[in-house]
Amino acid sequence: MRARDLTLAAGLAVLGTVPLFAPPYFMHLLIQILLWGFIYTAWSMMGRFGFVSLGHGAFMGVGAYVPALLWNYWAVTPWIGIPLGVALAVLLALVIGYPCFRLRVLGHYFALVTLALSQVVMLSITAARDITGGSLGMTQRAVGQSWYALQFPDKRYFYAISLALWLVGLAVWRMIDRGIGREALEAISEDEEAAAAVGIDVMREKLRVTVISAALTALGGAIFGQYLMYLNPETVSGIAVSLQIVFAAIVGGMYAMLGPTVGAFITILLNEGLRVAFATNFIGAANTIYGVLLILCIIFMPRGIMGLLDRVRVRRVAKVAHHEGSAKA
Amino acid sequence: MDIYLLEAIINGILLGGVLALLALGLNLIFGVIDVVWIAYADIVMCGMYVVYWLYVELHWPLALACAAGIVGTAGLGVLVHLLIIQPILGSAPINQLLATGGLLFFLQSFATLIFGTEFRNLGIRLPIIELGDIFISYARLLAFAVALVGAVALYLFLKRTYIGTAIRAIAQDRDIVGLMGVDQRRVYLVTSAIGGALAGLAACLLSLQYDVHPFIGNTFGPLIFMICVLGGLGDMIGGFIAAFVISQIIAIAGYYTNTELSYVLAFTFFIVLMFVRPRGIFSR
Repeated sequence: MRARDLTLAAGLAVLGTVPLFAPPYFMHLLIQILLWGFIYTAWSMMGRFGFVSLGHGAFMGVGAYVPALLWNYWAVTPWIGIPLGVALAVLLALVIGYPCFRLRVLGHYFALVTLALSQVVMLSITAARDITGGSLGMTQRAVGQSWYALQFPDKRYFYAISLALWLVGLAVWRMIDRGIGREALEAISEDEEAAAAVGIDVMREKLRVTVISAALTALGGAIFGQYLMYLNPETVSGIAVSLQIVFAAIVGGMYAMLGPTVGAFITILLNEGLRVAFATNFIGAANTIYGVLLILCIIFMPRGIMGLLDRVRVRRVAKVAHHEGSAKA
Repeated sequence: MDIYLLEAIINGILLGGVLALLALGLNLIFGVIDVVWIAYADIVMCGMYVVYWLYVELHWPLALACAAGIVGTAGLGVLVHLLIIQPILGSAPINQLLATGGLLFFLQSFATLIFGTEFRNLGIRLPIIELGDIFISYARLLAFAVALVGAVALYLFLKRTYIGTAIRAIAQDRDIVGLMGVDQRRVYLVTSAIGGALAGLAACLLSLQYDVHPFIGNTFGPLIFMICVLGGLGDMIGGFIAAFVISQIIAIAGYYTNTELSYVLAFTFFIVLMFVRPRGIFSR
């Protein structure tokens, strides 16, 4: 355990000192990895228990647009706007989640209902083009460096914020993982009736994890919007974002705490690497490879990269144990 | 009644025909193989590009280009089944859905790689029919008629042929059918080919009306899923009717508001209906 604490401290120290020497482009990548890693982690909190939501684009879109609109039209500080956006996303999650869980809308059906939700949010934002700029997107009114407006041209601030957010995401993951709720949720995802029969409040457990997941996703969307200072319905909501979230989480491995972050790391590096390698000659190259990787991942390692690593480790431990056993004999 | 509203309703019915055709294909695959091809609309997109490429770039006759498009998507359907679905046939259904989601990414970006993101069309302008004060596009009328013929042909195929009967039997009970000596693998392949061919047929009809671009699947793909689920996944007649319900909502709401809001309304209607009738409108 001590060795792990040491690794943790060293890792955090490296992450903490990076902004002192990293060039802006590198910082930009890191911020993206941390923020997407946070959002993917939030999605996996539901996904790992078998609730595959294709609606997280909706939560992200609401979380990003509400504070931006409030700021632009009524000069409301994001410190109020972000909680309002998160609250709205939670409300949305409840409005969709409660009937879904009550009526046992599961599997395919759950995925498709949530897909419809993310389309509703994206199309609503596009339709309200008079205030949101429609598919052309919108920019927040810039005021330079300001805590009040949560705008920092200096990337180091957003690096710190993303790092903190990411750590919060991991902490929440750990909380769920350690809490009694996890066993309840695992039981539910195995067999709902049996879980209910042993006295698990199925509805409460499901709603709780849904609300947490939606709230964190909305928060991630809000910070992402503040960082980019540009919002577009296609890039923060809708089917494309929802699928992107699901896939990165799967590639990284949604059953491990760091899996979704690994997914963010790999997908963003892959994207950037291919973009640099092919320049703009091959716009689709990155996603072509990405798509093939996804299919291969789901077929050959449905538990993702972290799942694969885990399996290798388990096998090695088993082998060592086996050797020890045979040595004694 | 307002003449423009009437026009919107008629156009809605005509659009419903093509959507119904697509819903039929998706429902067939779901009913038989128990898989949701989330990339179904992108197979349509591939078909549209094949027609475009053969007709515009290689100057094939249109009929031949369309036939090649249908054969091509049928082949694509078989490939999807062999390469993606078959290896994970035994795993959770949601994994299969997600694997075809990877296919969606792949097809969209592959099309971007080859054709770029420009909108392309066949450059065919079909005449517009005037009925009194109502204008109906000939392309839509043709699409509607062909879609209906396609649906009837599929019905006859399923009812009258041996393999069609086997397909229906598998949709009813996949365990027993094996005992009756039906080769399940072959039925799955045929089903995938038919599903792909229906997507190709729809692609031909759509390429007469719309420009093709790599992301066209995103605009009507979600609609097709909604239609299938509304009709009850796997229920072909339900899906057929639901296609017209949805296209009417879009047409009429589009007449009173705008395109995006009409889609918002259609999706909201879908969500609400899922809660009222979780297994489709026509479930008992």
